[in-house]
Amino acid sequence: MTSVLDVKNLSRAFGGLQAVRDVSFEVQEGEILGIIGPNGSGKSTLFNCILGQLVPDEGEVRVDGQVVTGLRPSELNRRGVSRTFQLLQVFPQLSVRENLILAGQEHRGSRLRRLFGPRDAGLTPDANRMIDFFRLGHLAEEKAGGLSYGQQKLLDAAMAFMAGPRLVLLDEPAGGVNLTMLASLKERLQAINAETRATFVVIEHNMEFVMSLCTRILVLAEGRLIAAGTPGEIRSNPDVIEAYLGH
Amino acid sequence: MSRSALRWSLGLVLLGLVLVFVPVNLTDYGLPYPGLKRYGTYIMTLWLVTAVAAMGVNLIVGYSGQETLAQAAFLGIGAYTTALLTKAGIPFGLAFAASGLLAFVVGILLGIPALRVQKHYLAFVTLAFAVMAWLVFRNEQWLTGGVMGLSGIKRPVVFGINTRPFLTFYWFVLAVTAILTFCMWWMLRSPWGRAFTALRENPVRAESLGIDVRLYKLLTFAIGSAYGGFAGALYAPLVEFIDPSPFALSQSFLYLLMVVVGGAGSFLGPFVGAAIAVLLPEWLRFTETYYLLIYAFLVMLLMAFCPGGIVALVLRLKAALLPKAGKVQP
Repeated sequence: MTSVLDVKNLSRAFGGLQAVRDVSFEVQEGEILGIIGPNGSGKSTLFNCILGQLVPDEGEVRVDGQVVTGLRPSELNRRGVSRTFQLLQVFPQLSVRENLILAGQEHRGSRLRRLFGPRDAGLTPDANRMIDFFRLGHLAEEKAGGLSYGQQKLLDAAMAFMAGPRLVLLDEPAGGVNLTMLASLKERLQAINAETRATFVVIEHNMEFVMSLCTRILVLAEGRLIAAGTPGEIRSNPDVIEAYLGH
Repeated sequence: MSRSALRWSLGLVLLGLVLVFVPVNLTDYGLPYPGLKRYGTYIMTLWLVTAVAAMGVNLIVGYSGQETLAQAAFLGIGAYTTALLTKAGIPFGLAFAASGLLAFVVGILLGIPALRVQKHYLAFVTLAFAVMAWLVFRNEQWLTGGVMGLSGIKRPVVFGINTRPFLTFYWFVLAVTAILTFCMWWMLRSPWGRAFTALRENPVRAESLGIDVRLYKLLTFAIGSAYGGFAGALYAPLVEFIDPSPFALSQSFLYLLMVVVGGAGSFLGPFVGAAIAVLLPEWLRFTETYYLLIYAFLVMLLMAFCPGGIVALVLRLKAALLPKAGKVQP
């Protein structure tokens, strides 16, 4: 199997606080990997180090075998790495369709061609397909800022897939989403994973969501990787139970 | 063509006709409109030149969310470049292009270190540059003529037509402004414009979507500065004499203010803001030295009740009076 993401001995400290300590793992093509851990366990720091928003103190990140440590997020995105955010990060002034076109346009032709080419960079059909896929058809022309929280979460996820990424990192996709929308989001993520074979890494606090979505789960506690396994293995792991319950 | 496109096209043609004929005496053609005299036409031309510079500020401030306090300095770069080159016998077209290009290059050079700083710090970097540029205009007498300035700047001959008469020069500036406005409109409606909006609203998210935020910021800053250079290239033959005073720091504040007053991030904002900045002193001439005080008071009122500027105010009024006319554009 091909390793899409390979993290080796990653460490990052903030002053005296060691947020991530010597974390290593691989993610295979098409896999949906979950990363869980109590608050302050270093999940977000790990994500930010992988995504180029933070430079790790030590260690290496490879995507498709290429070292990408310290590359800027825009450069990583152009290499097929996409992400969603914990807090909503859509563009409220743009319509749903415009948000999706924006999410794909930097992957279309040269910058100069984009200046002189069509306004939609030829992405309207792709955006419409994504709108249909995430069942946002009735909202295509609406300003993103006018959508409900759950609908914006769906749009945020749809934006991550507009450029046909190899690897998508989802930061708490279920946070604040109601149960109906959550089921829809999970079902759509599983469908797009099956369809495109894109690889997912998911940080999530909602245990039910992460256990039912992911095929493999890593557990972080105090910056260290303390367990890895299938959802069933993780549920019964005593180290995980202790990390969460503290006894 | 859709109905809205048709309406826009008709509106543009009408606006174009009004702008072309507004200074013309139509009484000879049996119409009761005496046109504008030399001074009125000069004010209209100055409005166009100011609007070009303000369009550049609007790109930097309104569309890409950066700050600049150096537009008057870029205007100065353009004005002195055009004055020096045309006086040396270089055709106006080349001098005009060189003015924009030089302002663009200086914008890039100023923008590279400025990218390391954000918002107010960027404003301070441009402020320092504005002061430095003004000192160069004032002190480097061998090049700029110092406080004595440069005189005898000729108006160009374009396709065999001498633009020396004030009305011809107005039409020439109107044509150049129309071309620059079209270029700005094209850029803002292209995927570049969408990227500008993204980097203004949420640079972290924009970067995660593959938008090279640093490059786009640099480009908007340099292109906005180039518009200052182009405006300067038109300003020099308009006034036919330049000295450092119109390119001082206080003037840069005025360019920023006119964009805010007109409506930052609105396409028409710079034209409205420039009209107020150029026409208000004329309308308030009777108030003599109280003019700036009244201007400041009006700006404070506007900012308190409608921070989106006059364009947003008009849209709000339109929405209130004609609820079915559509949604308010932010």
